[in-house]
Amino acid sequence: MAKLLELKRISKAFGGLQVIDGLDLHVDEGEIVSVIGPNGAGKTTLFNLITGVYRPDGGEILLENRSLVGLPPHQITRLGVARTFQTLRLFLNMTVKENVMAAAYGRTNAGVLRSILRTPGQRREEREINELAEEKLAFFGQRLMGYRWDQPAYSLSYANRRRLEIARATATGARVLLLDEPAAGMNPKETHEITELIAKLRTDGGYTILVIEHDMHVVEGISDRVVALDHGVKIAEGTFDEVATSPRVVEAYLGTKATATK
Amino acid sequence: MTDETQDLPEGPDAAARPRVGVDEWVERVAGGSEAGWQGALRARLERVPLWSKPIAFVLPLGLFPFFTGSDYWMQVGIDTLLFMLLALGLNVAVGWAGLLDLGYIAFYGFGAYGFAFLASGHFGLHWDGQWVIPIVVAATVLLGFLVGLPSRRLVGDYLAIVTLFFLQLFLTILLNADRLSIPFKGQVDFTRGPNGISDVDQLTLFGWRLDSLDDYFYIALAAFALVFVGLAFVNDSRTGRAWRSLREDSLAAELMSMPVNRLKLLAFAFGAGVAGLAGTIFSASQGSVFPANFDVTALITLYAMVILGGFGSLSGVAVGAIVINLALELLRTPEKASWIFFGLLLLTLPFVIRPLGRWLAVAVGTVVFGFVVRALSEQFWERGVEGTTPGLARIDRIVDGWVLVPADPDGLAKVGYLTLVAGVLGLTLLKGWWRTAAFVPVLYLAACVWENVMVGQPAVARYILIGAMLVALMASRPQGLFGTARVEIV
Repeated sequence: MAKLLELKRISKAFGGLQVIDGLDLHVDEGEIVSVIGPNGAGKTTLFNLITGVYRPDGGEILLENRSLVGLPPHQITRLGVARTFQTLRLFLNMTVKENVMAAAYGRTNAGVLRSILRTPGQRREEREINELAEEKLAFFGQRLMGYRWDQPAYSLSYANRRRLEIARATATGARVLLLDEPAAGMNPKETHEITELIAKLRTDGGYTILVIEHDMHVVEGISDRVVALDHGVKIAEGTFDEVATSPRVVEAYLGTKATATK
Repeated sequence: MTDETQDLPEGPDAAARPRVGVDEWVERVAGGSEAGWQGALRARLERVPLWSKPIAFVLPLGLFPFFTGSDYWMQVGIDTLLFMLLALGLNVAVGWAGLLDLGYIAFYGFGAYGFAFLASGHFGLHWDGQWVIPIVVAATVLLGFLVGLPSRRLVGDYLAIVTLFFLQLFLTILLNADRLSIPFKGQVDFTRGPNGISDVDQLTLFGWRLDSLDDYFYIALAAFALVFVGLAFVNDSRTGRAWRSLREDSLAAELMSMPVNRLKLLAFAFGAGVAGLAGTIFSASQGSVFPANFDVTALITLYAMVILGGFGSLSGVAVGAIVINLALELLRTPEKASWIFFGLLLLTLPFVIRPLGRWLAVAVGTVVFGFVVRALSEQFWERGVEGTTPGLARIDRIVDGWVLVPADPDGLAKVGYLTLVAGVLGLTLLKGWWRTAAFVPVLYLAACVWENVMVGQPAVARYILIGAMLVALMASRPQGLFGTARVEIV
């Protein structure tokens, strides 16, 4: 399979702290890759580097062999990489539907003047944005449908906010989704649902997915491949079973025997 | 590692299950406050097509000139319309894009001076309006871009300070550019300094010369209606959604494919353009421009309008402009000022003292308290009731027998004023029935201070009154009259 997203020897330091250190990572077309690691391992920083929030100190980030380094975040999203946030960042005071419609900005192009004049082209585009938003929201079954469209996003439950963030990311037209702890703060039933949803995003939506997750049930359920990070370095890579039994991963999570018994 | 979801006991039947956590909370937050006829009215209003909304303003305002014969009120009408226009423009930057632009009034001044430069005897240019207005608006948009450039990376308070600085810079230039030294030309009078430019041409549009106040009123009304519809359309487009997105969370907006910096500049420039347009009409209708028209007072008044009406709502900011401008105008004349004063007290107090029973108790208590104080004063301090209030309205005659008015009001005025301020501050510290009880003497004192001093010079007191009104409104409805309640963090 072709490498869709590829990171080559990426590094990032904040002051003296090396957060990501010469990391190689690739995600193939249609693959679901999970990134695991203890807190502070550099997982979210990795997402921030890919999406252009931070600029890497060194290395190369390629999307279909096109370099993303140095591009502003909105352009990276337009090229096809969209993300969700670990700490939810919805547009709280906009309606559920508007949240999704807003994310279609990058794939539409009616300017202000055309909007003022309501040209036929602009109106057609608005209709398309509307349909797109409804289609993306319909992906979540009944969860984000009907009367919820016109409710402000702040009125949604926590789990629904996570779903809305995913809907918003898909509306950008991206092919690669970076999901930052999609199951955080969810109860077991909702966690189960989100696991199925991520699988459905690939099969029905055709998305390629890179996901950060702490819940090992989710990781086990969805991943084609698991990458474990610690202190910005890749310590293991492979299937879930390979990574879960890797001594270095166990050590990173639980400490070495000597320190654990001290 | 077993799958926990498999082990969960079977839930009760879906229909029998209480719906806790599904919709109740949503209903309470979003629906609860909007229930009843208010909610129904709002729902009905939201279904009205966008383009027809300004009709609610345009129809009554369009009839306004038929009901007033006086030039004074026509002037007030034009003034109000210009402020409504400005409020629409300010709403773009502040209400939608969330950029706290404290230099906004400078764009208004730039538009006004721009018109005065191109159509007056000052430079001997007498261009027609159909050329001047597009040129000036375009120049103001450009200025908005330029001011926006260094402001792109600033948010909140920092942006506010930079833009306020820009306003001061603009005023300084207006005041001092009457003796610019230009190489090879010597001293040039660019702005005529504090004297302003007072021979501005009347507006000429395609050969039609606007020479009456009615003409300017209708031009301003037409501009308002056009800008209103245009902005309503923009708000409902991808650009409008992007502006509101970046107000909510600019990083998330950027990561959701919106070019935040460009959108901020656009919002700045857009608001500036509207102000520039308002400025040209102002300049032509007044026939003169002075730096004092564009000072911080005008800025604060404009902000008061937009806050009162509710940031983010086009109809709201327009209503806010009407309310504040009319109130300020009515307060200028002593005959009407007292009506406004007591009317405002009666209208705003139910918001501050709740429930209604307490408010009634305070109202009755204050009236009784007044008569008691007055009776006591007649017994022990006769000088306290010797004078009569300088107020001219009928209501002043009515309350004259109720408030204390000494023969020489100055003494009471000074002490009373300070005590009043202390009393109002004290009110904010008290709670429950103590607070309710404390309202009685404070209100009586306020009435006394009003009747003794303020009523004689309402033009000064009016800003205090408007401020008090805003404080009372903010306490009860922080989103303004028409605004939507915003949630910052949940």
